Amino acid sequence: MELVTPSIGLVFWTSLAFICLLILLRKFAWKPILGAIHEREQSIDEALNKAELAKQEMARLTSQNQDLMQQARAERDEILKEAKTLKDGILNEAKKQAQVEGAKLIEKAKIEIENQKKAALAEVKDQVSTLSLEIAERVLRTQLDDKTKQEALVANLLKDVELN
Amino acid sequence: MDCNQVLVSKVKKVIVVFTLLIAFLSIKIDTFAQADSAVVPVDSAVAKTAEAVSGEHGTVEHGEEKFEPTKVIMEHIADSHMWHLWGHTSLPLPVILYTNGGLEVFSSGNFHHGEQDYVGKYNTYRLEEDHIKVVGADGKIDEEASVLDFSITKNVAAMFVAIAVILIVFISVAGAYKKRVGKAPKGLQSFIEPIVIFVRDDIAKPNIGHKYAKFMPYLLTTFFFILFNNLFGLIPIFPGGANVTGNIALTFVMALGTLIIVNINGNKYYWKHIFKPDVPLWLYPIMIPVELIGIISKPFALMVRLFANITAGHIIVLSLISLIFIFETLAIAPVSVAFVLFMDVLELLVAFLQAFIFTLLTALFIGMAVEEHH
Repeated sequence: MELVTPSIGLVFWTSLAFICLLILLRKFAWKPILGAIHEREQSIDEALNKAELAKQEMARLTSQNQDLMQQARAERDEILKEAKTLKDGILNEAKKQAQVEGAKLIEKAKIEIENQKKAALAEVKDQVSTLSLEIAERVLRTQLDDKTKQEALVANLLKDVELN
Repeated sequence: MDCNQVLVSKVKKVIVVFTLLIAFLSIKIDTFAQADSAVVPVDSAVAKTAEAVSGEHGTVEHGEEKFEPTKVIMEHIADSHMWHLWGHTSLPLPVILYTNGGLEVFSSGNFHHGEQDYVGKYNTYRLEEDHIKVVGADGKIDEEASVLDFSITKNVAAMFVAIAVILIVFISVAGAYKKRVGKAPKGLQSFIEPIVIFVRDDIAKPNIGHKYAKFMPYLLTTFFFILFNNLFGLIPIFPGGANVTGNIALTFVMALGTLIIVNINGNKYYWKHIFKPDVPLWLYPIMIPVELIGIISKPFALMVRLFANITAGHIIVLSLISLIFIFETLAIAPVSVAFVLFMDVLELLVAFLQAFIFTLLTALFIGMAVEEHH
């Protein structure tokens, strides 16, 4: 029975000690400890939230970069295309011009050739006529000794001339 | 489903924490238990030789000391005006008496283990069965005289030791928090912090709700006060060894604290539930007394639960040790020590469990009292 009878002394000291402990711990231990834990938890939460935000920002930036890249690529393609058409145009133009120029040159050359040919022919004709005169002179000198022969020659010559 | 998972994970967490603590502390308990078993036989040997040498010691017949386990165990379980250290050495504790005449303070060493009376300022006192009684003029105990005993007994002193340790531990931990703001816990801090967070997240928050912050100091103080006293009670040598939390007076005060906190914070729903329950009017004569008894019975259960658990543990450990002296052979010692070791480890679990249950139920009762809607 004694075991389950609370003694007044122990009740008194326990109450006193527990109340003192409660007050002391509340002021000097629980407040700073719980405060610090709470603060740290909040800072961790905050850090996690910030990390999440940073992640989103990163994703946003990445997609933006990709967009930019795509745009740049498209622009490059466009420029290349334009350059190609431009080049083709220039080439075609040049070719045409070259053709025209070539044709002109050929024409000129042809005219020149014709002229040269004409000149050469005229010269040949001149030379032929001088040569024939010389030949004729020589023939005449040898053949004019004989009268019949002279006459036959003249006739022949005349024939030839007429054939010409 | 989700709730179940949370519960499972929490239970796992609790198991891990407890296992680690037991693993950590069982090493110490092991050494203590062995030291204890080694010391006790020497004690009895010393006692016997002392008896043999001093013949005039026979005022209290000591001739052939008979071992009485019940007496030994009850002596340990009960409070004392001495704090037994080793062998025949005890630490005398201050006696504070409130008598008809006034306050009387003297050392319990004056009683010489109950062999001498002490003549105080107002009365003559005698220590009988560790209770201080007033001796009348005729040399007999005066049962009529009313003396209030406010002595610093063994339990009070052990409680003060525990409180000193709690204060040192937690104020230093608080200092560590102030010094290392926003950093990860370190050392003692990282040992205490999971328990504090456990009390907050697994005891206070789920049971009390969003108003939990107001009750955290009380819950934490209760938890650690019971825990430290339980653990100190498990240490068989000074400054432990007192059965502090296994004393009905202490558990009475703790339960009274819960009773007061719960009823002071009870809101109108709580009181309506007691005085105007949702039952037909003719049931009120039954319901109201039942509810009123419920106010008392809840803390009463707390008081008895803690007291009985801790006392039972102490009785079992002491009974197992007593086996050595009942059989009067050392051969039984290994068996005793093995069982005591097992019991000590179990008691370690009980020390945590009882602190947890007391705090949990306190939180639950507070939660019931401050609940807003019905």
